[in-house]
Amino acid sequence: MFSKLRLTAAVAALLLAATACGGAKVGDSGGSDAGSKGKCGTVNLAINPWVGYESNAAVVAYVAEKQLGCKVVKKNILEQVAWQGFSTGVVDVVIENWGHDDLVKKYITDDKVAVDAGSTGVPGKIGWFVPPWLAKEHPDVLDWKNLNKYAAQFKTSESGDKGQFLAGDPSYVTNDAALVQNLKLNFKVVYSGSETALITAMRQAEQQKKWLLMYFYTPQWFLNEVPAVNVKLPEYKPGCDADAKKVACDYPEYDLNKIVSKKFADSGSPAYTLVKNFTWSAEDQNEVAKAIAVDKVPADEAAKKWVEANQDKVDAWLQGT
Amino acid sequence: MTATTARSGTPERADDLPGGDADISVRNLWKVFGPKADRVPADPELAALPRAELKERTGCLAAVCDLSFDVEPGQVFVVMGLSGSGKSTLVRCLTRLIEPTAGEVLIQGRNIREADDKALRELRRHQVSMVFQHFGLLPHRRVIDNVAYGLEIRGEKKTDRLARAHEVIDLVGLSGFENSLPRQLSGGMQQRVGLARALAGDPGVLLFDEPFSALDPLIRRDMQNEVIRLHREVGKTMVFITHDLSEALKLGDRILIMRDGRQVQLGTGAELVGAPADEYVRDFVHEVPKANVLTLRWIMRPPEPDDTLDGPELGPDVLVKDAVRAVLEANAPLKVVDDGELLGVVGDAEVLGVVAES
Amino acid sequence: MSIALPRTKALGKPNRGWSIVGILAVWLVGYAVFHGKQTLALAPADINDFHQSLNDLNGSVGANRNSNPLFLYFFNEIKVGIDQIVVFLQHLISQPVGDRPLPYVGWLGVVALATWAAWAFGNWRVSLLTLAGLLFVGAQGLWQESMDTLALTITAVLLSLLIGIPLGIWAGVSNRFNNVVTPVLDLMQTMPTFVYLAPLTLLFLIGPAAATIATLIYAVPPVIRLTAHGIREVPTDSVEAGESLGSTRGQLLRKVLLPMAKPSIVVGINQTIMAALSMVTIAALIDAPGLGQVVVRALQTLDVGTAFNAGLSIVVLAIVLDRVTTAASVRAEREVRPSKTRRYGVLGGGVAALVGVYLSYTYLWAAEFPDSPNVGSPIIRAATSVSDWCQLHLAGFTGGLKDGFTAAVLNPLEALLSESPWWLVIAAITAFAYVLGTWRTALLSLVLLVLIIGTGVWFDAMVTLAATLVATVVTVVLGLAVGIWMGRSERADAVIRPVLDAAQTMPAFVYLVPFLALFEASRFTAIVAAVVYAAPVCIKIIADAIRGVSPTTVEAATAVGSSPWQIITKVQVPMARRGITLAVNQGTIYVLAMVVVGGLVGAGALGYDVVAGFVQISLFGKGLAAGAAIVLLGVLLDRITRAAAQERVS
Repeated sequence: MFSKLRLTAAVAALLLAATACGGAKVGDSGGSDAGSKGKCGTVNLAINPWVGYESNAAVVAYVAEKQLGCKVVKKNILEQVAWQGFSTGVVDVVIENWGHDDLVKKYITDDKVAVDAGSTGVPGKIGWFVPPWLAKEHPDVLDWKNLNKYAAQFKTSESGDKGQFLAGDPSYVTNDAALVQNLKLNFKVVYSGSETALITAMRQAEQQKKWLLMYFYTPQWFLNEVPAVNVKLPEYKPGCDADAKKVACDYPEYDLNKIVSKKFADSGSPAYTLVKNFTWSAEDQNEVAKAIAVDKVPADEAAKKWVEANQDKVDAWLQGT
Repeated sequence: MTATTARSGTPERADDLPGGDADISVRNLWKVFGPKADRVPADPELAALPRAELKERTGCLAAVCDLSFDVEPGQVFVVMGLSGSGKSTLVRCLTRLIEPTAGEVLIQGRNIREADDKALRELRRHQVSMVFQHFGLLPHRRVIDNVAYGLEIRGEKKTDRLARAHEVIDLVGLSGFENSLPRQLSGGMQQRVGLARALAGDPGVLLFDEPFSALDPLIRRDMQNEVIRLHREVGKTMVFITHDLSEALKLGDRILIMRDGRQVQLGTGAELVGAPADEYVRDFVHEVPKANVLTLRWIMRPPEPDDTLDGPELGPDVLVKDAVRAVLEANAPLKVVDDGELLGVVGDAEVLGVVAES
Repeated sequence: MSIALPRTKALGKPNRGWSIVGILAVWLVGYAVFHGKQTLALAPADINDFHQSLNDLNGSVGANRNSNPLFLYFFNEIKVGIDQIVVFLQHLISQPVGDRPLPYVGWLGVVALATWAAWAFGNWRVSLLTLAGLLFVGAQGLWQESMDTLALTITAVLLSLLIGIPLGIWAGVSNRFNNVVTPVLDLMQTMPTFVYLAPLTLLFLIGPAAATIATLIYAVPPVIRLTAHGIREVPTDSVEAGESLGSTRGQLLRKVLLPMAKPSIVVGINQTIMAALSMVTIAALIDAPGLGQVVVRALQTLDVGTAFNAGLSIVVLAIVLDRVTTAASVRAEREVRPSKTRRYGVLGGGVAALVGVYLSYTYLWAAEFPDSPNVGSPIIRAATSVSDWCQLHLAGFTGGLKDGFTAAVLNPLEALLSESPWWLVIAAITAFAYVLGTWRTALLSLVLLVLIIGTGVWFDAMVTLAATLVATVVTVVLGLAVGIWMGRSERADAVIRPVLDAAQTMPAFVYLVPFLALFEASRFTAIVAAVVYAAPVCIKIIADAIRGVSPTTVEAATAVGSSPWQIITKVQVPMARRGITLAVNQGTIYVLAMVVVGGLVGAGALGYDVVAGFVQISLFGKGLAAGAAIVLLGVLLDRITRAAAQERVS
């Protein structure tokens, strides 16, 4: 009986407390940002895991949602999975694509489920990089011909008696092993396995003045923090990388582009026009990327800030929607 | 709970098959474990092989070999043997907890080897119950629910089965512990629960598989007396497995001694002690205080001409220990008389021979 | 005796120690003569015909996705069903519903219900822990992410139980099925998730369904194993008693087997929950919502603090779920009828929890987790500064440690394994297997090694094997040292155990950055990561085994005047050998589970192959082959360690 009493008391107390400090009810302020829901519909936007990509995606998503009234569904996935999404119909847009000839061949040329939606305006460059301090103290290291001279300095526990070349992120088809062989460099390619590993290595190398030669790329938010310096390789000429085993030239400059699903391109959605028209400069992307990566601003806020400051560029993207 | 009500639960005796009036009748029973076990009983040559040789030749283990016996209603039939002799397998074959390889088992006239699943279940639910060495209680159920388990699974109403469970709990002396969990009880008490569970369904036949070997000696003696008491009160037919000779002699009307799956000797306790079939049995019974087992029938001798036949008279089934005083105090040999007929005489020499040996 | 002797193995086999030395000597000579030849090396970007055919298979699956009835009617139905469950749970506790800006049940309702459930199924202690844990996660600023993670975990766990318990029962009652299912479960637990992540999105599309199924594949084995184990462990007497009273099979299962297997099944559920939580980060790579997203995103910008904060939430959720299910299993085991007070209390608590749910449905303050107090920012700042400090000040020391260890231990072993001709390695390992086990072990090892050759990644497999062996040895040494300490001291146990729990559930991605900074991208980093992940399990098993040694025996040893060291070496360790064998075994499996993470931090070899196979379509086949090689290595090490332990027993 005692516990029953206690129970009743507890319930009563709770109810009392509830009514006393009732406060605002859920949904009281609802319906404010309903916006102008046009006939845009839903856009499935793949989010690949690097900051430059996220900057593109954040800005395009912001404009599509706020100014076109689309519903943007972001899917956090890796590149290959994103491309697979074109064939299964769950991805509409990849907003920054780095070459990927194999995927282009499979999904655009062979299966015809995706189409190229043009350049983002940002050039992408893969190359070999050294930390800034090294470039300053030994400027001649910036020419590949002098690399062998310093091979011993680049030695690590992983490279044995040769210099270490820290290769990359497994996501890309790279020529590094072939380059080392064909340029007769006294280096061993060590596979770091992730972008994280590369960035950490560069950060440490700069901090502690360690020797480091590694695969990297631009644009990359990290270059704002540590402006690593590109090593000159034999100049790229179209076709010089045709035979993967015999490559002895630099990487080409990629025109980073947008890929959309065939279905989306044919849908007549204003969002497709936006994606097709979307183009900006490396500086623009860097600005947003820096806000996200260095200043830790949430992506949509960073996008909002940039859009508000650059409405003229945005208006150009919206032409024809 | 009395003997009469206990009987009322047993169904009509089935048609008279071989085995006659026996409650349990076993004929040429085999249990062979291993690959293609069937061929062993079928092939006379293999069937005759000793266990080790059979194992070597076929990879099969013969746990029970060609056993035949009858258990009369109300009898306590003890199967005795050392571990590995096949006695536990035998008792499991009786209700097909282990599927026999060959032979017949008739329970109350019905050949259970021909029973289908349903008939077998009915048999287990109503006619034959078993008590296990390690009790086999369900630890998550209270005592009363353990006891009522058999009634529950045969679909009896809750009030009925609880009433019946109370009755048998009372019978085994566990009143007051109905709501305890098994692990709160001592080993002896747990086995009383096992006993109550077996009795609850009011079966005609009780099987005991070494029920007391996991208990302390004192508790074991109590439990043995408990079984004797219950047997007197409810009068069930019992098959009792044990490795303990004194237990066998104490409880058994008839005793089957097994070795390597085969019968070594079958008879009353007195027969085993008085006339061991071979060295094996002789070794076994060697330590037994014979005076406690043997009756006068076993030690009497024909009267000789110089015997004076004016001594006291006793029946042939009186235990020697009960006759010692009478024999030694009398001046003449004691006369063993049955229905007025003189069967033989027992003198000091015979009695002292038995007493001295034990 | 004279008859028995010639038949024992002891005479047939020479002394084990000398045999090993002999094999090693022959191997070294062979290495000196042949090294660098027939190593079957394959460059990271190269693939062979076998890998190409796996690629083609993958391609054809993708191509037929929209035409094949199997997809249209089977996989799609599953996908839709699972998506609905997840979305329902998300609407319930984490995501806005339609015009409603918040989920149906707000933080107060979730906290109240969870606290009540922890009390009802466990005890008041875990109930308080639940309360504190959930409030902490909310104060970290990760309420919604945590609830997303919880929704996905609950779905995966429920499905695991739905599938796992019946299969476990089947495996428990049927030896044949058990024999079939056990290797499949081994495969599911050792095959790296990265291998099947991409194909899963082909089958089930990107979304909650694929993430749930990826989680399920990894999480379902424990509950199957432990259910089967529980059923097998039911004493024969109880089963026979049930049978002898005429139970039907259904009655036997419902009334005897399942109730008696319940404690073991609850442990299985516990392990399944833990396994599901450990998949949170990896599932984030295919768009699983929740805490994993925070970790993965933070990693992009090397934001150790934020990653740690989210990782800590995962740890807290894991510890809460672990302790509650453990308490529930204790209750299940004791199964005392609750007292009247408790029953009314539980009832009253239930009503109070429902009131909480109602409030959180109606009022904003109970629905949206308040912004303050905020413990997230201080945690992020502290973790960042600790990580920065370590990177700045310890790198010199750790670099030297790495270089020394690599040169003295890892390089020679790796050279011996990977630079020797393949036939020499196979011969040597098979010989070891024979010496440590029996001819059966040797034959099985031979088959497994030949299969590894078949995968086409032999060279990489040998490099990985070297690192795995080193990591396992370090793990076991650490396990013995700490495990014995914990086993002998209650106090040490009480302090260390929560740390181990945290180390085990903290996603590896969180500590990769500091490790990379300390040890650079290297094989050593991978070994350290593997040890951090594998040692806790190893330590816990050994501590429990040491504690399990009968106190009487220890007392007896003390009574004859043994020193503590003698007690450890002559009594506790030998008597805990079964536990220690298990620890070695589990240590190996856990180390292998980190091979892929090793690939992310510079270990190359199989781990890199798997990762590259996940992200490059042309390397899919090679990644799959590398995954298979990891499984084969796992089986190889498992069988050899088990055989070695077994023979010593007899």
